[in-house]
Amino acid sequence: MPATALTPVIIGLPIGMAAVLAALGARLPRRVLDATATATAATVTVLAVLLLVATSQGRVVAWAGGWTPHQGVSVGIALVADPFGAGLAVVAAVLSTAVLVFSWRYFQAVEVFFHALVLVFLAAMCGFVLTGDLFDMFVWFELMSAIAYALTGYQIEQAQPLQGAVNFGITNSIGAFATLLGITLLYGRTGALTFAALGATLTGAHPDAVIVVSMALILTGFLVKAAVVPFHFWTADAEAVAPSPVCALFSGIMVELGIYAVARIYWTVYAPVLPVSALRGPLLGFGVLTAVLGAVMCLAQRHIKRLLAFSTISHVGLFLIGVALLSPAGLAGTAVYVLGQAGVKAALFLLAGVIALRLGSVSERDLHGRGRDMPLTAALTIIGGLALAGLPPFATALGKAITEDAAASAGLGWLVAVFIAASSLTGAAVLRMAARVFFGLGAPATAHPIQRSDDRSDDRSDDRSDDRSDDRSDDRSDVVGDDGEQDSGEAEEPSPARAPRTMLIPPVVLLAAALALGMLPGLPATMGVVAAGFTDQPFYAAQVLALPLPGHAALPAPVDWFTTSSLVYGLLSVALAVLIAAAAVLRTRLPGWAVAVADAGRPALRGLRALHSGHIGDYVAWLLVGVVSLGAALGVALR
Amino acid sequence: MSPQSLLGLLPYLVAGWLFLIGLYGIVTSRNLIHTVVSLSVVQSSTYVLLLTVGFRAGATAPVFSDIAPGAIVVDPLVQALALTDVVVGATVSALLLALAVQSHKRSGTLDPDQLRTLSG
Repeated sequence: MPATALTPVIIGLPIGMAAVLAALGARLPRRVLDATATATAATVTVLAVLLLVATSQGRVVAWAGGWTPHQGVSVGIALVADPFGAGLAVVAAVLSTAVLVFSWRYFQAVEVFFHALVLVFLAAMCGFVLTGDLFDMFVWFELMSAIAYALTGYQIEQAQPLQGAVNFGITNSIGAFATLLGITLLYGRTGALTFAALGATLTGAHPDAVIVVSMALILTGFLVKAAVVPFHFWTADAEAVAPSPVCALFSGIMVELGIYAVARIYWTVYAPVLPVSALRGPLLGFGVLTAVLGAVMCLAQRHIKRLLAFSTISHVGLFLIGVALLSPAGLAGTAVYVLGQAGVKAALFLLAGVIALRLGSVSERDLHGRGRDMPLTAALTIIGGLALAGLPPFATALGKAITEDAAASAGLGWLVAVFIAASSLTGAAVLRMAARVFFGLGAPATAHPIQRSDDRSDDRSDDRSDDRSDDRSDDRSDVVGDDGEQDSGEAEEPSPARAPRTMLIPPVVLLAAALALGMLPGLPATMGVVAAGFTDQPFYAAQVLALPLPGHAALPAPVDWFTTSSLVYGLLSVALAVLIAAAAVLRTRLPGWAVAVADAGRPALRGLRALHSGHIGDYVAWLLVGVVSLGAALGVALR
Repeated sequence: MSPQSLLGLLPYLVAGWLFLIGLYGIVTSRNLIHTVVSLSVVQSSTYVLLLTVGFRAGATAPVFSDIAPGAIVVDPLVQALALTDVVVGATVSALLLALAVQSHKRSGTLDPDQLRTLSG
């Protein structure tokens, strides 16, 4: 099969198989259904790897319907595969395969629609990363979103998944419409929709108001999808209530695709007209805010899936910082970081699914010490927490190290502190959860004298402070079953003696992949070459539009494997994570001054929690604030 | 500013107004069905803007079977985009309405103020 035929097949095969399964699935035995869906995802994985190999020889460009360009002009729609796009397609396919394998035993009674939805979701993600056309990207974005809403609300017999899906659906739709408005403005200005033609048309243009407004609007949709503060509110709601395997897909790859879109659109469309200096400040601001707020909220959670969702938000902030450096080195580091995080975070969500299946809850407070007889799950969760904190040689640590180096060489060395803070806080949250659930360390949170006195003195909003949020779940246990526990109903058996092997193999494989990627000394240099190609707009336009290539391609970014200083930073993050986790577990035994310091931050934390109100109107108001501040920041930076 | 250019500006103002008034509807909504309809209002701003961008004064519809060759037509591409947009909007509205109906069955209310089981 020629490489240009691979791209359409990667997108078309899962959609076709989803249609077949949806039509015949009700008559097929469950095993056949599982096997067919998994085999399809595995086939897409192989095809995507073949495409990735083919892109090492240059971009693979396929024009739909054979509408190839003539003398640099085309009316067709292009599918353009380059190493980043094809690589993300591989990640999406690997995670989908892992999720389908995990789901064999996870769902008690699964309708055929689950398999069909996962396959279409995979196709939409592949289309999104392989398209070379701005409007096409919007269509894949909407397909991906609609499937994601359906998967979030998959358990329609419970109230919470429905609300999560509604909040997710409305915020993301508004983001998508903002993107479409931006695309329309840009089309009105340029008359083009393919990235290559847009970039070529805008070369040498004056960055006027239409261009700035279109950029702000286009980015809005993708920043909503990427869960960047203040567009992030849907994320925790959706991931707290969606089935765990679905969360693995959301956190592992879907939100990262929002960051990919920001990078792709800047480097192919706006790079010729908007200087790096105009975009770096605004994007860095959003990135730092997201990384810090996500990390703080992550540590404050007691609902395991909500905790993991906020850790994703925090890491997305770090990815946005890496992209905001707008340098090949920053992009190379972010790519490695995304790869590592995909494996680690998907594994952690699947492990949360194992916990839900075995113990019937994902509340850290409920589960105190109840996971003592789950040694393998415990070990994997701890490894995942350490990898999240940036333990070398996991790929998360490697990506973090490369991005930190890129920030330092851009004269922004203070960003290293943000990376260390965000990764250690999110790692600490997972380690604390593991210590409580699997080892029963620390006092059960209910019997905490300091908090009790604290909480009694304040009003109702105080219930949101610290781990009180789970108490409120108790009040409505009659509505949703077990302590607001969303996973309890979907599990195969209430509590099997041990987790089925098919549920533990996917997390093991994903963690091993994250470790192996970090141990490839050649990976950073390859990423440096790929990132340089990604950021070379004239070369991209020439390759896609079949024009003569520019005389010289961009030089590869100098990117190192682990250096001594990056090893030190990595180990420092891990040490901090362990210390913070230990302090959180052993709060009662901390000296008085440490408790005082922790208590001082409590009012601010209470305010932050109150902002995450679960109310769709509040979320949309914040979205509007975000759009306006993004536009204003871009406008000011261009002055 | 001449009256013509003011008139030319009008569709853009309408699109912006629809976007904002739809958002206002969602922010203040007390009923999920109303929220979903407000979302459709937000979306209609994209239809208006798409058609505006492709409009040409004095041009006719781009249906080439009944017009003379060489006649000026409005941009057919934005109409194709608007059609795609309509399909997308119908899908999303249907899905959200189904979720709202199901939510009413489970929780007995459609008021977002009383549907705050997710927070913190």
